[in-house]
Amino acid sequence: MEIPYTVEIRRDTGLNNGKIAIWLFLASEVMLFGALFASYILIRTGSTSWPRGDTILNVPLATFNTIVLISSSVTMVMAWASLMRGRFNTFRVYMASTVLLGGVFLVVKYFEYSHKFHDDLFPRTNNFLAIYFTLTGLHMLHVIGGMAVNAYFLGPGAKLYKTNPVWFTNRVEHSGLFWHFVDLVWIFLFPTLYLL
Amino acid sequence: MSTPAGVAPPKAHAPHEAHHEPLGFWRLYVFSTDHKVIGIQYAVTGLLFLLFGFSLMMLMRWQLAYPGAALPLIGNLLGEARMPGGIMLPEFYNELGAMHGTIMVFLGVVPLAVGGFGNFVLPLQIGAPDMAFPRLNMLSYWSFFLGGMTMLASFFVPGGAAQSGWTSYAPLSIIAGSGQTMWLFGMVFLITSSLLGAINFIATTIQLRAKGLTFMRFPFFVWAQFVTAFLLLLAFPPLEAAAFLQLMDRLAGTSFFLPSGLVVSGQVLTNAGGGNPLLWQHLFWFLAHPEVYVLILPAMGIVSEIIANNTRKPLWGYRSMVYSLIFLGFMSFVVWAHHMFMTGMGTAMAAFFQTTTMIISIPSVVILTALIISLWGGSIRFNTPMLFATAFLPMFGIGGLTGLPLGLNVADIPLHDTYYVIAHFHYVVAPGTIFALFAGIYYWYPKATGRKMNETLGVIHFIGSFICMNVVFMPMFLVGLAGVSRRLYDGGAAYAFAQPVLHWNVVSSWGAWTMALFQIPFIFNFFWSIRKGEKTGDNPWQATTIEWTAPSPPPHGNFLTPPEAYRGPYEYSVPGAARDFVPQSEA
Repeated sequence: MEIPYTVEIRRDTGLNNGKIAIWLFLASEVMLFGALFASYILIRTGSTSWPRGDTILNVPLATFNTIVLISSSVTMVMAWASLMRGRFNTFRVYMASTVLLGGVFLVVKYFEYSHKFHDDLFPRTNNFLAIYFTLTGLHMLHVIGGMAVNAYFLGPGAKLYKTNPVWFTNRVEHSGLFWHFVDLVWIFLFPTLYLL
Repeated sequence: MSTPAGVAPPKAHAPHEAHHEPLGFWRLYVFSTDHKVIGIQYAVTGLLFLLFGFSLMMLMRWQLAYPGAALPLIGNLLGEARMPGGIMLPEFYNELGAMHGTIMVFLGVVPLAVGGFGNFVLPLQIGAPDMAFPRLNMLSYWSFFLGGMTMLASFFVPGGAAQSGWTSYAPLSIIAGSGQTMWLFGMVFLITSSLLGAINFIATTIQLRAKGLTFMRFPFFVWAQFVTAFLLLLAFPPLEAAAFLQLMDRLAGTSFFLPSGLVVSGQVLTNAGGGNPLLWQHLFWFLAHPEVYVLILPAMGIVSEIIANNTRKPLWGYRSMVYSLIFLGFMSFVVWAHHMFMTGMGTAMAAFFQTTTMIISIPSVVILTALIISLWGGSIRFNTPMLFATAFLPMFGIGGLTGLPLGLNVADIPLHDTYYVIAHFHYVVAPGTIFALFAGIYYWYPKATGRKMNETLGVIHFIGSFICMNVVFMPMFLVGLAGVSRRLYDGGAAYAFAQPVLHWNVVSSWGAWTMALFQIPFIFNFFWSIRKGEKTGDNPWQATTIEWTAPSPPPHGNFLTPPEAYRGPYEYSVPGAARDFVPQSEA
């Protein structure tokens, strides 16, 4: 038994199943991060004192990380575009770059975190650091999740390209949508935590 | 619709052989990706959790009826840490209370209503071969199962299960024992499960509906599940966020929900402070109010199907019911703070949420009224499903109407957190939703097994449950109106003002225990009918919707030929037709 519309598009909706699912998933992710941002606002407005982010956090490193993530979004699109043109080897180069840039982001984040711990700044120190570690930590989990999926498409998942290139391309597109969302969350996190 | 290659429709029924390569026992019944098997797994697990949650409550009812008395027989079995000498400890009572709520809502009713009925019935009703993502569906069940096991295991950690109520209000929950951490991890599993399920339901409904099945030809049940899925999708993530924050508070020592200078047992906490306990309540109720509609909408869907079928009439006002349902879905996101009138969040906020709460009652009334008018002039068949479905109407009506005073800011002040609230929402969920779920089980049982459940046992189950439900919950209105708080370990025995209503606690308790006896015919019937029930054809109720054109039980892939929809869902008693029903899939 096959499920219809996994690959081909249903005419009256103009979509395949995966496309709907990934957008629904992103909608729920918006609610997840939305709730956390709302909590941030409530705690900050209710507090007597709140440090400016740049007095505690490292803005140049975060700027670098922002550039890294945006670049990875570009390589992600290029990976998908290569598949659309049938250039599988170019896809592999771009996809590997995407995963690698995600790795660079994590390494930078690791140095940021360990520097904080070294300075005796922990989540329990104050609520600014609490929300900083919670939001960036959850974002990092999303980065790791995205990297895992992308790495899968480089490795064992790539077998699908031989049997069903259209399906494989769709999957990479959906994974890309998630990756862009992760990028977008960071673009909100960066000014909120580091600059305001 | 794309027909799977190589599948020729067999002439006669060959339910299990025709469609697929043989799978082993584990893939067929345990780690199955078939939506029907998953639906039944959900339903049976949900029923077991309902029974378990009910048992917790029966223990509590002993303490409420006879405070401080030793419970004979069972009391000693539960151990010295919980019931020394058969007398319940207050901590154990709190565990029972928190876990009764959690289990009934998140592990009983929702898995049965959404996971069970949604999974089993929805793909069949829209003429789909399966859910859009069968493996995701399996993952959803097993995530739910892990969540359930985590919750059960929490009874055995030091200090016992969560004790801060099913709402886990901060800061009490932050300083509580390790059972609360288990509760939070359990919730994360359950949230993941509903998230995967919700995505799957929406994608399936939009993409896999049969040719010709436009949205306004959906059976009302499909609409109900569709709207419910959106509520689960969008309301659960904020609770997930809240669970993360509470885990941080408990494990990493943060102070999201801990105010500065909090004094616990005479000691000032050393936390950084600066947090906001109300934030937890906002995040919790932002989920938990839509959750109320997750509990009730599938029930309305089930009841609508059964009423249309057994009155042999189209539903009265189908379109306005659908629009009301969508409006309910939207509004359910902006009423959450009516649970928080007493928190001091401010009169402007209270006025806003009071207004939205009054507005949201309108679509519920529209749906209920449409269902009642649907009965008018029908030649009603009172079989077991219909008995439960008709009983749903007044029971849900009582539950809904008694909710109005709670939604009004001023009237809520004396009623808040009393037994009145317990009576109100249990009328909605217990004789409301759970009756609808029973109705659904009796109604779709022939589709799942090819046999009907026994009618006599069904009627005994119905009459007993119906009377007992009211004996349990009606007195609680009186106890609540007398002002007895719902949180008391002794049911109010320590208070002078509660003395005139204390005897009602005994009545409620005996009602609950008697109700347990009346579930025995149901449990027996459920298993006995699998082998011994009266054999039925594909369409024993002469129903119109598409699931009844599939063989009973439907094979893997559901339909022998892909069905098409040619008409609306409830073409009963069409003038000039040969029979009193015209199936949707009949050209």
